[in-house]
Amino acid sequence: MNSNIGKGSMSTASSSAAWKAGDVVPDRFPAGLRVLVVDDDPTCLMILEKMLRTCLYEVTKCNRAETALSMLRENKNGFDIVISDVHMPDMDGFKLLEHIGLEMDLPVIMMSADDGKHVVMKGVTHGACDYLIKPVRIEALKNIWQHVVRKWKNEWKDFEQSGSVEEGDRQQKQSEDADYSSSANEGNWKSSKKRKDDEDETDERDDSSTLKKPRVVWSVELHQQFVAAVNQLGIDKAVPKKILELMNVPGLTRENVASHLQKYRLYLRRLSGVSQHQNSFMSHQEETFGPLSSLNGLDLQTLAATGQLPAESLATLQAAGLGRSTAKSGVPMALVDQRNIFSFENPKLRFGEGQQQHINGNNKQINLLHGIPMTMEPKQLVGLHHTAQSIGNVNMQVTSHGAQSGQNNSLLMQMGQPQSRGHILNDATVGHAPRLLSSMGQPILSNGIAANVSTRNRIPENIRAPGYNPVSQASSMLNFPMNHASELPGNILPLGSTPGMSSLTSKGTFQEDVNSEIKGSGGFMPSYDIFNDLNQHKPQSWELQNVSMTSDASQRSNSLQGNLDLTQSVLVQQGISSGQMNGQNRSAAVVSKAMCSAGDFSEQRNAQNVNQHFNTLLVDNTIRVKSEIVADVSPANLFPDHFGQEDLMSALLKQQEGIAPAENEFDFDGYSMDNIPE
Amino acid sequence: MERNPMRRQLAVMRQSLFDQGYLDEQFVQLEELQDDANPNFVEEVVTLYYRDSARLILNVEQALERKPFDFNKLDGYMHQFKGSSSSIGAKKVKAESTLFREYCKSGNGEGCMRTFQQLKKEYATLRKKLEAYFQVPIIFQFFSLSTLLNMCF
Repeated sequence: MNSNIGKGSMSTASSSAAWKAGDVVPDRFPAGLRVLVVDDDPTCLMILEKMLRTCLYEVTKCNRAETALSMLRENKNGFDIVISDVHMPDMDGFKLLEHIGLEMDLPVIMMSADDGKHVVMKGVTHGACDYLIKPVRIEALKNIWQHVVRKWKNEWKDFEQSGSVEEGDRQQKQSEDADYSSSANEGNWKSSKKRKDDEDETDERDDSSTLKKPRVVWSVELHQQFVAAVNQLGIDKAVPKKILELMNVPGLTRENVASHLQKYRLYLRRLSGVSQHQNSFMSHQEETFGPLSSLNGLDLQTLAATGQLPAESLATLQAAGLGRSTAKSGVPMALVDQRNIFSFENPKLRFGEGQQQHINGNNKQINLLHGIPMTMEPKQLVGLHHTAQSIGNVNMQVTSHGAQSGQNNSLLMQMGQPQSRGHILNDATVGHAPRLLSSMGQPILSNGIAANVSTRNRIPENIRAPGYNPVSQASSMLNFPMNHASELPGNILPLGSTPGMSSLTSKGTFQEDVNSEIKGSGGFMPSYDIFNDLNQHKPQSWELQNVSMTSDASQRSNSLQGNLDLTQSVLVQQGISSGQMNGQNRSAAVVSKAMCSAGDFSEQRNAQNVNQHFNTLLVDNTIRVKSEIVADVSPANLFPDHFGQEDLMSALLKQQEGIAPAENEFDFDGYSMDNIPE
Repeated sequence: MERNPMRRQLAVMRQSLFDQGYLDEQFVQLEELQDDANPNFVEEVVTLYYRDSARLILNVEQALERKPFDFNKLDGYMHQFKGSSSSIGAKKVKAESTLFREYCKSGNGEGCMRTFQQLKKEYATLRKKLEAYFQVPIIFQFFSLSTLLNMCF
């Protein structure tokens, strides 16, 4: 396949896709199914792992959503299905679900002890292919392979769409596709052929018509281009043929675009349906959103890509874009988010906000952008930072923007699922940007994309991020989340969690693997999360949480990254009660200490295990990004039965003094191991 | 050494745990997962549960010391705790956590505190019983002093 578009280019079927080829299913299937299970509860995780192993699946377990995402990103075709808990401290399970759906398009099963109709419905709307109630029985796991097969089947149908309008699985979108395909089919093919300068395209075309086409991976970049094209055309007038022309991606066929458009519409529709009740204001807006948002998204992307775009500008941009789009679209969330963003971010944004109401068409959107003073210069787009930092920053920026645009996130998130109607193209684009960065794992991508975007974007120059501040300005970033806090649901914002952690690490305390995470998923995650959250929920105690997180984070970070983290952390806090998180950290610290002493004189086998876990716990208590569950999860203090009361008292007192970083391995300051009777 | 009497005793012990409602069907699921590759699986899971859930108990403990109660937070902790407890089949503990959550949802602080005391009792009782069953002490969890004093070991 041609890789003109850089890493985002379509890729042929991966190893797992090969499986999906339909005729290459191993005989022992479903044995060997590669399952990734994500749950912050170590007990459940251990049980699930054992159950899945008993089903002869290949299991990878993970206790943090961020870790799971980075694992998935690093090994795009390493898993067949994901099982995830709904309530997790670092990221809402639904956000993770959306991320996965958008980026990897893997089937995801949600599980929770919560069996309320509302939560189950949420799973459905977010695209989960199943929902399991805890406690999970092994019987429920024995058949999860069906979701994998089902997805493969659907994918094949997607790609075998060439020329044929009827798909058994297709829904009403089919008819829409039919309109496009029948009228422009031949023309599209020919035009795309002309644009092709790569022989591979010819091959692909030939293949598509007769054989099963290799799967088109809608990467972040590709999707961004798609969204940009759709926005440019106007969501109502976006026909696959024209989108294809605008995108100008060699190797991409009209059918690919058509099926993706269908999904996109479903996604947007779902978004608007989900967020309808959230914002009455928005509900009566039209969805002339697309073009504007796409533009905004593009700009943001570019800006983000360059890594120079101040987070604020980006946010502003997004906000502006979102504001407009929301005004137009029926997505209440976006509008609300926009408003919030604007009010917090930058007075200039308000300008955009006001404009939103007036904007009814793509054209107007563009105008708005012009109206908003942006600090980003076109040339900034060109210069890309090739550092993880910038990427992280960009991610953060994008994320924050995304958060503002909220919808973008959700859009992006939703894209992976068969959705329709993108109201918030901006969001999608914005979200893509961070995703792009993260998935690429390098800033370079943004360059390529930025370039693409710039060329395609008619009004890049006009877009400036008002008062765009570099990520370093955590305050602004934080403000965003704060504002959006109202929007954010009580769930965990992915944005905060993942990047926050990584950023914190990078800051200095936790460098190590977190850095890579930052690159990969850090920035990315937040934006999505923020977007989604913004779009769909109204956060509550966000501000409080933010504050707490901020203080924590600020202690550790000095760099922009730190700021990002802060925001991210804040966002993370959103999802979970900050107290809880802090409390956990504190308990962890205390427990770690206690565990040390306990471990020292405990003869229990468990104690020894605890020691080991404990060590790891001590080392990187808060940011542990490993998949190791036990170590991370249980900061419980273990005391031998004969632990004296006085030691208990000292432990308690220690705890109350506050949590010191769990750096003391086995030399607790407050614990006198000598006193402990054996 | 004659193991039959021992085994029989263990079987009786086990059955009574079910009969008295301390454990439910989920515990059987765990037992069925135990095999030659993991001969101590159930015990390991239970140990892990007690270790990890101690943290949650502590969190609730601390949260209940702050007035006014943050019911959302309390509910969140209890949700996690409930999920954990249900996964090992801790029936009574799970029932208490469900009740606790209901009190949280209705904002009944008194109810929460009462239920929490009861929950801790059940939690400790189950641990003792399982320790006797596994014949291996499960490592103490860290409780606040008051909790420890309240618990009857």
